Amino acid sequence: MNKKGLIISGLIVIALLICKFIPASILHKPIQFSPAVSTMIVIVMILVFVFVLIRTIQGKLIERRVVFVFVGVALLLPLFMQFTLPFPISPEVQSVYDALERLEPGAKILCAYDFDPPSAPELQPMADAFVKYAFERDLKLIIMGLWPQGCQQANQSIEAAFVEHPEWRTTKEYGVDYVNLGYQAGSEFVILRMGQSFKAMFPLDLYNTPYDSIPMLKNVRNFSNVDFGMNFSAGKPGTVEWVQLAVDRFNLPMAAGNTAVQAPQVYPYVNTGQLIGLMGGMSGAAEFERLTRRMGKANTYLLSQSFAHMAVVLFIVIGNVAFIRERREKK
Amino acid sequence: MRREIPLAITFIVGVVFAVAYFIPHYPFGKLQDYFSDWFAIVAAFAIWLGALNLVKMSAIKVGRKRPDWPLSVLIIVSFLITAGVGFYEGYRGLFASQTFSFRDPGTAFDWIYVSVYTPLSATMFALLAFFVASASYRAFRTRNLEATLLLLAAFFVMLGRVPIGDLLTTWLPPGYQMSQWANWIMSVLNTAGQRAIMIGIALGLISNSLRIMLGLERAYLGGD
Repeated sequence: MNKKGLIISGLIVIALLICKFIPASILHKPIQFSPAVSTMIVIVMILVFVFVLIRTIQGKLIERRVVFVFVGVALLLPLFMQFTLPFPISPEVQSVYDALERLEPGAKILCAYDFDPPSAPELQPMADAFVKYAFERDLKLIIMGLWPQGCQQANQSIEAAFVEHPEWRTTKEYGVDYVNLGYQAGSEFVILRMGQSFKAMFPLDLYNTPYDSIPMLKNVRNFSNVDFGMNFSAGKPGTVEWVQLAVDRFNLPMAAGNTAVQAPQVYPYVNTGQLIGLMGGMSGAAEFERLTRRMGKANTYLLSQSFAHMAVVLFIVIGNVAFIRERREKK
Repeated sequence: MRREIPLAITFIVGVVFAVAYFIPHYPFGKLQDYFSDWFAIVAAFAIWLGALNLVKMSAIKVGRKRPDWPLSVLIIVSFLITAGVGFYEGYRGLFASQTFSFRDPGTAFDWIYVSVYTPLSATMFALLAFFVASASYRAFRTRNLEATLLLLAAFFVMLGRVPIGDLLTTWLPPGYQMSQWANWIMSVLNTAGQRAIMIGIALGLISNSLRIMLGLERAYLGGD
């Protein structure tokens, strides 16, 4: 593909993105492909991959920029499609849901938002679904963050819940149904200190309200006064530190939501039972949304992720075909 | 004394934390609380130090007109605007009729966070998808047995983690779909490997911590 072709592809991608995200107030009906058009697009994409494979077998390798265009297209086009692919619920996500279901209304959940905007596409959907589920079941949320941006991501979750259920703006009271303690510097030492006293690490909440003046924290001294812990983590400090300190040392029952990259590191804690359950990446978020019967962003974007994964796998296959061919030629 | 005092602090704090893990009672529990509080205070100052250092280094780069100095101007301007807006909103929130945080939805700081910082950082992260695809195409080769095993694992996990994997394997008997394979790889093979790595890291950490506490490892003090 020449430079001109690449520029045209890029412009088409930008135009499609603009079309996709035009506000509903301007566009009366969202742009979506019919199932027939979607099927045709999928067939065309498969044919293009077959064409690339044949060219590779003939010894004509594609350049890097073409791979970028393919990935861009594989991510973008599914946003306009209306396919809904069925997927099973993994045991780790089911465990998270089951543990939350066992909590009585009024139970207090410590919710740690340990991520920032780069990881939000994976973690924000599960955090949003979790907050909505907690509000619906009247679970009380004690929100905090070991990452500076965490408390602001939590605010976005609460705002998303209020937008979906405007009545919660009046029925869910700050300080009674949820509280945002904000960010505290000190990484794992914050968790360690919270094992003795939450107040020592968070003498004031996000709005400078003294800890003792917050009604829902009246009898909350440390982890032993909390019924459950939920951690949304994108790295360090995050789930590993929470397990090692809050779970192992202070016996806090805990589940976590991690980015797909971090999830493999956390699996050993799930198998030992230290972590009750785990939501890994966007697929974990989509499973949780489905369990809580709230189809959000994760379910919307899972099709894009499916196509992107498929594209990467096909490129790996094509790359290896080229490699085997090259090796045979050398012999 | 510039070396002896930090070494003594390291030794005392290390011993207190190690002992408090097994004996969380007075005086070790109390000392651990004190030291944890101090760590939070030092960490908070470190954030300021980091921010001011960024401004200083960028200012030096601009002053000496080093390559790409206009980007440093951008860093300084962005930093000052964001910090200024944050301080102003925080000050305003203190005296408003209804108390609000500078990070609340609707504030100018939140606008910067949602409309500038979030898309920019998400864009940087999203580029990974393209680079991963390109790198996989060029470098993920079946060169030897280990590389082939890694490739097979990647194949099953990548497809098994998304619905399309199950769609491609609906013809297999129940329990043998791609998602089941991915789950098995993650919870058995991955866990075994991760445990080995974790135990290795833990042993390394213990030995290195002992070296630091005993003053045998002094690299953290700077200098030689």
